[in-house]
Amino acid sequence: MAVIGATSGTGAKARWAVLDVIVVVYALVPVLWIVSLSFKTKETIADGNFIPRSWTLQNYKDIFTTNEFLRALFNSIGIALIATAIAVVLGTMAAYAIARLDFPGKQALVGVSLLIAMFPQVSLVSPLFEMERSLGLFDTWPGLILPYITFALPLAIYTLSAFFREIPWELEKAAKMDGATPAQAFRRVIAPLAAPGVFTTAILVFIFCWNDFLFAISLTSTEASRTVPAALSFFTGSSQFEDPTGTISAAAVVITIPIILFVLFFQRRIVAGLTSGAVKG
Amino acid sequence: MSHTADAGAEAAQDPAPDAEKGKRKAVSEGKRAERKLGLLLCAPAALVMIAVTGYPIFYSLWLSLQRYDLRFPDQREFIGLENYITVLTNSYWWTSFGVTSLITVVSVVIELVLGMALALIMHRTIVARGLVRTVALIPYGIVTVVAAFSWRYAWTKDTGYLAALLAPESDLLTQRVPALAIITLAEVWKTVPFMALLLMAGLALVPDDLLKAASMDGASAWQRFTKVMIPVMKPAILVALLFRTLDAFRIFDNIFVLTNGAQQTGSVSMQTYNNLIKGLNLGIGSTMSVLIFLAVAVIAFIFIKVFGTSAPGSDNGGKR
Amino acid sequence: MAEIVLDKVTKRYPDGALAVSDVDITIADGEFIILVGPSGCGKSTTLNMIAGLEDITTGELRIDGQRVNERAPKDRDIAMVFQSYALYPHMSVRENMAFPLRLAKVDKDTVTKKVEEAARILDLGQHLDRKPGNLSGGQRQRVAMGRAIVRDPKAFLMDEPLSNLDAKLRVQMRTSVSKLQRRLGTTTVYVTHDQTEAMTLGDRVVVMRGGLVQQIGSPQFLYEQPKNLFVAGFIGSPSMNFVPGSLENGQLSTPLGAFPLTDRIRSLVESANAPREVVVGLRPEHFEDAALLDDSAKASGGAFTATVDVLESMGSDKFAYFTVDGDTATSAELDELAADLGSTDSSDSGSQLVTRLSAASAAAEGASLEVWFDSDKIQIFDPQDGRNLTLES
Repeated sequence: MAVIGATSGTGAKARWAVLDVIVVVYALVPVLWIVSLSFKTKETIADGNFIPRSWTLQNYKDIFTTNEFLRALFNSIGIALIATAIAVVLGTMAAYAIARLDFPGKQALVGVSLLIAMFPQVSLVSPLFEMERSLGLFDTWPGLILPYITFALPLAIYTLSAFFREIPWELEKAAKMDGATPAQAFRRVIAPLAAPGVFTTAILVFIFCWNDFLFAISLTSTEASRTVPAALSFFTGSSQFEDPTGTISAAAVVITIPIILFVLFFQRRIVAGLTSGAVKG
Repeated sequence: MSHTADAGAEAAQDPAPDAEKGKRKAVSEGKRAERKLGLLLCAPAALVMIAVTGYPIFYSLWLSLQRYDLRFPDQREFIGLENYITVLTNSYWWTSFGVTSLITVVSVVIELVLGMALALIMHRTIVARGLVRTVALIPYGIVTVVAAFSWRYAWTKDTGYLAALLAPESDLLTQRVPALAIITLAEVWKTVPFMALLLMAGLALVPDDLLKAASMDGASAWQRFTKVMIPVMKPAILVALLFRTLDAFRIFDNIFVLTNGAQQTGSVSMQTYNNLIKGLNLGIGSTMSVLIFLAVAVIAFIFIKVFGTSAPGSDNGGKR
Repeated sequence: MAEIVLDKVTKRYPDGALAVSDVDITIADGEFIILVGPSGCGKSTTLNMIAGLEDITTGELRIDGQRVNERAPKDRDIAMVFQSYALYPHMSVRENMAFPLRLAKVDKDTVTKKVEEAARILDLGQHLDRKPGNLSGGQRQRVAMGRAIVRDPKAFLMDEPLSNLDAKLRVQMRTSVSKLQRRLGTTTVYVTHDQTEAMTLGDRVVVMRGGLVQQIGSPQFLYEQPKNLFVAGFIGSPSMNFVPGSLENGQLSTPLGAFPLTDRIRSLVESANAPREVVVGLRPEHFEDAALLDDSAKASGGAFTATVDVLESMGSDKFAYFTVDGDTATSAELDELAADLGSTDSSDSGSQLVTRLSAASAAAEGASLEVWFDSDKIQIFDPQDGRNLTLES
């Protein structure tokens, strides 16, 4: 049944194992390289060796003692969490309506969110830059949270409506027959079934917000709201550090940790979310 | 909406479709209440999306028709299409447009091939499937800027392992063609897993029995792939291509970190950013925004026209 | 335990579609009643109205004499078994069955006791801590039954509960449902589109078509005295054979030949004011291989000779299929029956006949055979309105 021509047996297993190793190397080498850089000492950081010749935690100590990084990390976490929470709540409401109800404008809403999903974000940078300056939102948390919600909503709506379509809604009726009030039916039957989808969506939305660079660098100007990806590029040439490579690497590793944790613990959910949301639409 | 009209017609034809019980429940409590609830639930999401994209688009259109440089705010005036003429006759714009298109086409083609391979591996591997799927998600999830820094340091002359390994003598990031290749590599590395996941969703739609039947009918592995899997997966492939093409067209992060647009490696997004945030020229920046928006609209239009109705969100796509 | 009365119950959707019209059924306490009919006949809508899952447009629903139209499902004290079983996938079997009791705030010990009691009855003891996803179809079906019986409701509603099972299991579960109902003595309303289930399970059967009740009665009564063509064709397996006929002077001419009506039928037909052109119905078991009968037996019926198309030997008896030349019987109700069975391609040359012959018959495929039929067992219908012209009043 294998399409690549492998048959069952140890030979096939070995072939698959080789392919698996290629994938693992492909995915991990760039990550390991930046990890390696982050542990190199100032003396060896420019030696081009993949594995550090001497190890140090100095780079991590450096970034965690500067306000610049800590503030950016705080901004990143706060902005991403708030944007995720709002986008998931709004997305859940809309996705429920799309999956379960019949109302005029449904197709239009689906169409609009599809458009936004494909929208060139840079097209929004100019008007948002100008609008946020006049509204006093420039270089504030809400100034980033708003565009993040907007671009996360299509993702949230697609993923969630795909999940919601999978819920056997007849259970709602069954719960009513079993003596549940509508509120009980929702809380004890529907909510536990919808929770995994909502959770998965939250992860995807968080990754999206955590990742953004264009808005972060365009709509901020100070530490007040600059997130880590944007702040990283300002480490460069900063007089505070002689050579920013080590500290940039350490900061990069720090903001990669949550991603690695998500991937490790929720691999199945992320795969399910991306495949169902993106293709079933 | 045609959707509601269909539902009405259906109901009129068939007085009591048993299979429709679930929907009927809501109908029995009043179609109007259902509509109202639907609109209420969607309103917040729709409002946010329209406020943050719809209005700015028109605002951007309006700004693009003005001379508006924040360094010289006194000179702000309506100048019609002059900004468009300025941009469209500017060789830097066309250079960056060419760079963007080149990176888009090359990276999407490579991603399609690698993504398909990765999708097959993730879908069919008989060893360590969970591990492969987990690891493959790392490039998808990692912050683009982080990955870009990793590539930059890897290719920096004298200090990078890849530079040391492949081209110890020359500084690749400061030469146009190698720099573009590195940018494309970084872009491909990051997005192959996403492409693979979209394709894997398509793979899951190919029934095993179909492949078994094909092999009983005498199809070789390659024929099964090209004659059975690809046609069945076609809608998923088109969706993946569309998503990725539009996404690649807005490339920014990798270029910003890897070359900062030096040696004519800037994309249209870089150009816009430079004019806007560095140059503080809102008129020109907005003009470029509008042009990029138009370019993306044209790409999307071509995809949907040429490849038909397989766009996500269409009914067809929803039911697959 | 309760009596359920549907009094002129009608369901009309806001868009004007009439799903159920003027249904009058009185379901006695402890009775097992079946609602049967092709899909779209309104049987599930009727069940949902009893459950409270759909509003009643007009008419009244009374449980134990009390009007319950306005009560929410949870206040009607009725349990329901769904076609998809509707088991809560995130709860174990035990939690699924305990769910209605916990909602009713029954104390823990009683819940445990009742769940275990139900599990014992349904033979689910060793599966109590598994999730529904890990159970077989038959086990899931039993869990759904268990969830219904734990709370001792006034009535059970079952919406095609066996249709997701494979054929063998369905027969097995059919008998256990029947035994369980008898043992508990709880009023049960059971919806199915399968006439075999209807015949074997119910004390009484309600045949529905297009939102209207066609006939209510015991399975045997519906079989012997169908009120119209639709009921006659729907009840019975293999179903009744229909051929066109014309009445003249006590003679009935059919593609099977012309023969005199028996006195009994003749008087029924006359008092029913029968038209000239009619549809004649013959049950498969009222045929026999003429070679097996003596002359006196043969005299009390008609006979015809035809070629056997297909012969199915069942061991206990033989089914012989024939095509008889001539016109085919036509009526709106027969068309609907054919559509429901999916056999829209009625043969263009002649009527199809199914006959059940004795196992001793020497019939062979492709050979011609003389077939006798009992002319006193025929039923005659008006092709216009479908009514049975041979009903004993």
